[in-house]
Amino acid sequence: MRAAFSRLSGRMQRLLSLLIFPALLLSPTLLLSVATQANTLSLAEVGDALIDANLRQKAPLVEQLLSIEDDDTLRFAQTLLEGDLYYRKADRLLLTKDDDDLQAFFTQEPVEISSKRAIKKISVNNRLRIQLRAGIARMQIFASSEATRLTAAQSLLKSADDIDIATLNEAIEQETSPKVSEVLALVVGLKQLQSDNDYERRMGIDALSGSLYPEVRGALSNFIRDCVAGGLTKDAALAAEAMEKIETRLKINSVIENLYFGLALGAVLLLAAIGLAITFGVMGVINMAHGEMIMLGAYTTYVVQQLMPDHIGMSLVIAIPAAFVVSGLVGIAIERGVIRHLYGRPLETLLATFGISLILQQAVRSIFSPLNREVATPEWMAGTFSINPALALTYNRLYIIIFSLLVLALLALILKRTLFGLQMRAVTMNRPMASSMGIRTGWVDALTFGLGSGIAGIAGVALSQLTNVGPNMGQAYIIDSFMVVVFGGVGNLWGTLVGAMSLGVVNKILEPWAGAVVAKILVLVFIILFIQKRPRGLFALKGRAAEMG
Amino acid sequence: MPVRGGPLTRLLMADAAGRRLVMALMALSVVVPFCNLVFPEGSIFHVSTYTMTLLGKYLCYALLAVAVDLIWGYCGILSLGHGAFFALGGYAMGMYLMRQIGDRGVYANPELPDFMVFLNWTELPWYWMGFDQFWFAMVMVLAAPGILAFVFGALAFRSRVTGVYLSIITQALTYALLLAFFRNDMGFGGNNGLTDFKDILGFDLQQDSTRAALFFASGVALILGYLISRWIVTSKLGRVLVAIRDSEARARFLGYRVEWYQLFVFVVSAMLAGVAGALYVPQVGIINPGEFAPINSIEIIIWVAVGGRGSLYGAVIGAVLVNYAKTYFTGAFAELWLFMLGGLFVLTTLYLPKGVVGLWAQMKEKFVTPGRPGSSSGSINQNQNQNQNKSEDHGDHDTATNKAEGSV
Repeated sequence: MRAAFSRLSGRMQRLLSLLIFPALLLSPTLLLSVATQANTLSLAEVGDALIDANLRQKAPLVEQLLSIEDDDTLRFAQTLLEGDLYYRKADRLLLTKDDDDLQAFFTQEPVEISSKRAIKKISVNNRLRIQLRAGIARMQIFASSEATRLTAAQSLLKSADDIDIATLNEAIEQETSPKVSEVLALVVGLKQLQSDNDYERRMGIDALSGSLYPEVRGALSNFIRDCVAGGLTKDAALAAEAMEKIETRLKINSVIENLYFGLALGAVLLLAAIGLAITFGVMGVINMAHGEMIMLGAYTTYVVQQLMPDHIGMSLVIAIPAAFVVSGLVGIAIERGVIRHLYGRPLETLLATFGISLILQQAVRSIFSPLNREVATPEWMAGTFSINPALALTYNRLYIIIFSLLVLALLALILKRTLFGLQMRAVTMNRPMASSMGIRTGWVDALTFGLGSGIAGIAGVALSQLTNVGPNMGQAYIIDSFMVVVFGGVGNLWGTLVGAMSLGVVNKILEPWAGAVVAKILVLVFIILFIQKRPRGLFALKGRAAEMG
Repeated sequence: MPVRGGPLTRLLMADAAGRRLVMALMALSVVVPFCNLVFPEGSIFHVSTYTMTLLGKYLCYALLAVAVDLIWGYCGILSLGHGAFFALGGYAMGMYLMRQIGDRGVYANPELPDFMVFLNWTELPWYWMGFDQFWFAMVMVLAAPGILAFVFGALAFRSRVTGVYLSIITQALTYALLLAFFRNDMGFGGNNGLTDFKDILGFDLQQDSTRAALFFASGVALILGYLISRWIVTSKLGRVLVAIRDSEARARFLGYRVEWYQLFVFVVSAMLAGVAGALYVPQVGIINPGEFAPINSIEIIIWVAVGGRGSLYGAVIGAVLVNYAKTYFTGAFAELWLFMLGGLFVLTTLYLPKGVVGLWAQMKEKFVTPGRPGSSSGSINQNQNQNQNKSEDHGDHDTATNKAEGSV
């Protein structure tokens, strides 16, 4: 002990003298000088002092430590708390030990040691740990970064034993962010529940009422149980009321969540059905190969990603026009090669295009193998955003919803605002008349079919982000797409939107109490019955045109 | 010469191709089992049990094709869900065969089939009651598809859901049933379906003689199915059906209750499909929800289209031809089969509107009377020629012609 002591710097020696031998150093002047110095002690100095202090002596040092304003203070306290703070015996260098990796604490450079005996842990006991935890919590809830404060407050929800109500109230007073102060108020509420004072307990219940944090729910239900056991009926009733409020909000939450999932499913259906709304709705062609156009779009995404593996996000952007072109060209080829010979014979068209779908499936299977292909998702599509503590929505669904609406809007624009759209509508309404006005009806047919197929290709890009990309993926969407178009009303984009969204939402709302498969069956049965009632769909074209299809 | 004899003779006298078909089927139903049972293995006359079972399967498919041709070829109802009726008939038979297993199952439960024991069910669901009786199962083979077709058809035809809309919702129907039968809770064996059958009416299903009897039964069922369909289409009712096919609106305005005619023929067709399914299951030894898959129903359509829509014997020929090709190609060039099948769809609709049985007439028209295009033939061929010859304005013309005829 003496030998170690002699190596200390003069000032340190004095400090330690104060701590270790308080009885020996009673001189008031010296005490005063140490006290003033203590306020300006640096982290390094406290660390050095900790090496020699025994457990009892460490307490005031830790107190010191927690009041130092330094960027490393928090890390120091946490390392100490976790028992990862070591020092090298040879030169008293402070180290952090993470598994077997040693680092110098301040410089964070890796350090090599000859044997395990060359280093020694700076140990703490439970009393010190409590002290450290409280200090850390305090430091965190008063931290300058809002994110740190929020995480700290949320972790206090789990256990707030380390901190007292007064500190919390002080923090709430200083708090600028309403989000953090809301959580801190909940922590106060949770602490008040433990109180012996009736008034305080009820204040606590009041504070907790309606909160969506699972910790709060847990604490409240424990509280109710304890109250019932302890005969505090009034408190139990109040808490039950608060609990009910929470349950109501949770129910609303799940409705919102289902609605969101439903809209996302609706968006997928919409994407799959929009192309069909053109080929089937506008041209009256039953294209059973529509699903395969979607599949081609998805495979195009895959190929583009293979070509530029380092730019996943970029490849997705490029894949959209690429898929449109690929599927569109295949669509034009199909129209010119087969469908134009079959206009006016819808059942034959159905069979021929079904044959084409088989050929395309087998072609993809032969080229890319029958196994599913992996299409990567860019980072900006992953992740969630939270609406409230019990409800987090995923970004990819949001993007799909927005994307599907964009595609729909673009298509509406093409139909209503461009020359091609005008010609397309003219040919649909009255073919001979359009032809005699100089419109090349054959070309318009081909381009219309190409447009519908190209949009199916774009849908494939979006679907590649959600489901497996394989030769059979188109099959999964063909029946659903037809259902959407028929349900919404043939030849009506607005109907397609409403049809897709309502089918998606109904499906997801039925799912929780019926199960996914039964929900799907119910929706199919519903559509089958619905078509009996309104054979032309929700938004039927009226007049002569309706009879032509 | 006045036609004498019973209704059967009358029916066949006017139908030369049908007569030949019935003769051939009779011969086949007798000769194949005979050759299988009498001649020893190794003899050149021996027909292996494998071949016989395969041919029996084709006969069931042929009956299914006749059922589809009856509604599509003669009434213009393109059902993309007929596989559902086939499968329902098959399940009815499968349930009987399951009950016949008795306590010989893996779990040796005398009452419950294995899969129910596996699911920890303690008693038989109500809808399995009675299936230990053969007669009851046979009634259900007809009733299950029949009732479904009746309810579905009544709803659809009364609301005048026709054409492609009907096709799409029949497809939705079979898809919904597919999903439903995949569920274990349904009590039909879920994913695995019904299998491991032991015997039928006390005869071992593995015995050649039982197989032969089943083959014979399939042949007889096909002949009967053909005759019933033939009788329907040649009757006055059949004439109305054709009128409905060619112009539904016109038939309605002439005062015919179109929906009742459609409903009748739809139910008959569904029952025929059910019988085909019931004969199919004991021969292949399994029935599972895969039979409900929409693609199966669409394949039936291609049998009929290849054989020749609107001629019942053509449906039989088409079913056998396509299925033989399928057996051959899936064995020899598995990769190529879907290309083939897809190509068949495209080529038959484009170039063979009357199927292989119409090929002869088509050829004759093209080469024998080149000077008078379309003077005597049906309208479909006429369109065909126009499609091939004209380039730019075909679309207008084509649509106009067909609109006038009512969509096919």
